[in-house]
Amino acid sequence: MKIKFLLMLALVFVLILSACAQPTQAPVEEPAAEEPAAEEPAAEEPAAEEPVAEAPAVSELNILWAQWDPADQLQQTIDQYEEVAGVKVNVIQEPWGSFGDRFFTEMAAGGDAWDMVVGDSQWLGQGATQGHYVEMTDFLTETGIKDSVTPATLTYYGEYPTGSGHYWGYPTEGDADGWAYRKDLFEDADNMAAFEAEYGYPLDVPKTYAELWDIANFFTRPDDGLYGVAIYTQKDYDAITMGVENTMFSWGGEWQDENNNVMGVVNSQENIDSVQFYRDLYECCQVPGLSNAFFTETNDAMIGGQATMIMNYFAFLPALASPDISEYADVTGYFPNPAGPTGAQHAALGGQGMSIISYIPEERKQAAFDFIEWYAQDEIQAEFAAIGGYSTNKSVVESDAFLNAAPFNPAFAETMTFVKDFWNIPEFGELMEVTQRLLSQYIVEGVGTAEETMNQIAEEHDAILRDAGYIE
Amino acid sequence: MSIDGSQAVAEQSNQPKPKRRQLSDRSIVNLFIWPALLLLIALNVFPLFYSLYLGFTDYSAIARQQPVWIGFQNFSRILNDEQLWKYFATTGRFALLSVGLQTLVGFGLAMLVNEKFKGSGLLTTLILIPMMISPVVVGLFWKLMYNPTFGFFNYLIGFTNPSTAPDWLASRFAGTPVPGMALWAVVIVDVWMWSPFVMLLVLSGLKAIPDYLYEAAAIDRASAWFQFWRITLPQVTPLLLIAVLFRTIEAFKAFDLIMGMTGGGPGDQTELISVNLYRQAFLGQWRTGRASALAYIILIIIIAISNLYIRYLNQMKGES
Repeated sequence: MKIKFLLMLALVFVLILSACAQPTQAPVEEPAAEEPAAEEPAAEEPAAEEPVAEAPAVSELNILWAQWDPADQLQQTIDQYEEVAGVKVNVIQEPWGSFGDRFFTEMAAGGDAWDMVVGDSQWLGQGATQGHYVEMTDFLTETGIKDSVTPATLTYYGEYPTGSGHYWGYPTEGDADGWAYRKDLFEDADNMAAFEAEYGYPLDVPKTYAELWDIANFFTRPDDGLYGVAIYTQKDYDAITMGVENTMFSWGGEWQDENNNVMGVVNSQENIDSVQFYRDLYECCQVPGLSNAFFTETNDAMIGGQATMIMNYFAFLPALASPDISEYADVTGYFPNPAGPTGAQHAALGGQGMSIISYIPEERKQAAFDFIEWYAQDEIQAEFAAIGGYSTNKSVVESDAFLNAAPFNPAFAETMTFVKDFWNIPEFGELMEVTQRLLSQYIVEGVGTAEETMNQIAEEHDAILRDAGYIE
Repeated sequence: MSIDGSQAVAEQSNQPKPKRRQLSDRSIVNLFIWPALLLLIALNVFPLFYSLYLGFTDYSAIARQQPVWIGFQNFSRILNDEQLWKYFATTGRFALLSVGLQTLVGFGLAMLVNEKFKGSGLLTTLILIPMMISPVVVGLFWKLMYNPTFGFFNYLIGFTNPSTAPDWLASRFAGTPVPGMALWAVVIVDVWMWSPFVMLLVLSGLKAIPDYLYEAAAIDRASAWFQFWRITLPQVTPLLLIAVLFRTIEAFKAFDLIMGMTGGGPGDQTELISVNLYRQAFLGQWRTGRASALAYIILIIIIAISNLYIRYLNQMKGES
């Protein structure tokens, strides 16, 4: 009986094991479903006067994206595609917290639950090297889409490896870090006079980080419950790294050189100085309590009247312009990242690109290409932008209609010309964990020096990259 | 020899009708047990052994590659990783402070509500509320309460100016870094939340102490301290130890409260081992093999600690 029981247990175990095993090879792409043979008119039959419109082989396409306003705006824009091409396109929205997990676990199983994904720029490496994405280089070149979008967005939302000329995504939602500020405080006559008397130049939107530093100090008035800035400090995923990148890139710093070397690059003097600046800004002027702050917390600091200037992604700024949400909506202004000490001006990239999943049948891939070709047209992109979407289309972003559509659009359009990004290789998560931990330790916890911090990051990044074979 | 059809029918009709087949007791038992057992195997036993296997492999759940057997490499790397030992140490500190304070506060509360006074029932119910709230919600509430500008925790302890007040979750006092302050902030919340659990178990122990023991002690003119030390504490200790055992196990697994309050920061001041386990298993890293190995190391530590408690508990039972 015991033997019987054990045998049964082992059988169940083996069955479950085999059910859970993954395929060792990428599944062979299913051949395109045989389309019904076109009913060619028989020679003897009289030719029809008007050709009968063929029903499309694919009647529905699914796009996975995170759950947020731009996904609604995308859905609203593409609803008309069903009338145009007879294909219904659905945007499947997944909460941000589980967006990546859901996508990558489906991809690991070679799943075809969605035809396209609007994925993070950091996912490009995994998507391309692990075979999840279809290469779009020829498509983007032949259709002219490659030249219709801003170059920086094509690079960061589509190209892998960076600089290779191989594209895996269509830049769909542009986004980057910018600033919101209290215009009423900046334009107050007493403040203007006092600022000019103290700093020797008129109070205005900061053009450099030196000016931003002066303004942040000037408006830090704890007795009035007012502080200079609200900047990113959250440790959870990538927030503090994205915040620091704004200063780092504008100081002329980088994460790597062209050969992926990090020693001497991550711990360059520019990077050390920029991190020092970020820490100083946090210490002098950050709204108290924002030691673990990301987009919600910085927006809240502005809505609550505690911050004079806040850092945030443009995609989250509409809340500040809504009188229903912020009582300061009418007196909130926006500006792009200021320039660093050498005049370099950059911003950390947000946003996503649309990629086609490689595990879907050929006819669905073709339908997805057709859809993207339609969606990338100037007039469709203008419609997306008109309802609040951040198009990456050059003609749209530069148009007066777009620039006047929302108070933060001019700053967004300017910013999208100088965005830069973090690593997008499959090991980005490990690299990010190092920067998050050590930057939080130095900036928020106040441990060590900027030099020690950047040296440590460089060493740990070097070890990860060597382990993964990027550095010999 | 052959039997024709009519003969066979006649023979059959003469035989007594077979009884309808009844399920044996054993079959009924199997019918009840096997569905549950299969579910248990599929959802519990299999993942347990599969994750043990993954602990010996180089594997990422999001990579389209089979796990590659690497022997004890994951365990060796974890045990040689100074950063992880730091997280283990932080977890140990958190467990020690948190469970220690919960035991003291819980015991005190149990002694208080064990006294019969008007409204003691209502008070007991109110005290139990914190442990009924979701830890994430508790974390988010306390994050607001700790806020140095509008949170009322600082106000309650006498600080009204945010510039000179402690910023608990940033681990700073008046802008100056104070190591360990964020961990204390989390400990305070954990104590607030789980002391009622200790109180509940201790209270059941207190209620079970027969009155005649105290009456006899009173006749012998034993002091209140003597009564507490020689009657109350020994009688309640077994239940107290069970509470401490449960709370220690939970403290090693503390996750949602930390993620809601600090996300493991600032720096790695509140990075408990379970938070780091999550970070390695998910959050862009997806190091499934290594995370599985780490999970087993944590499991072994928890089993070892539990064993110590249980041995002590059995020893006490033997003595009594």
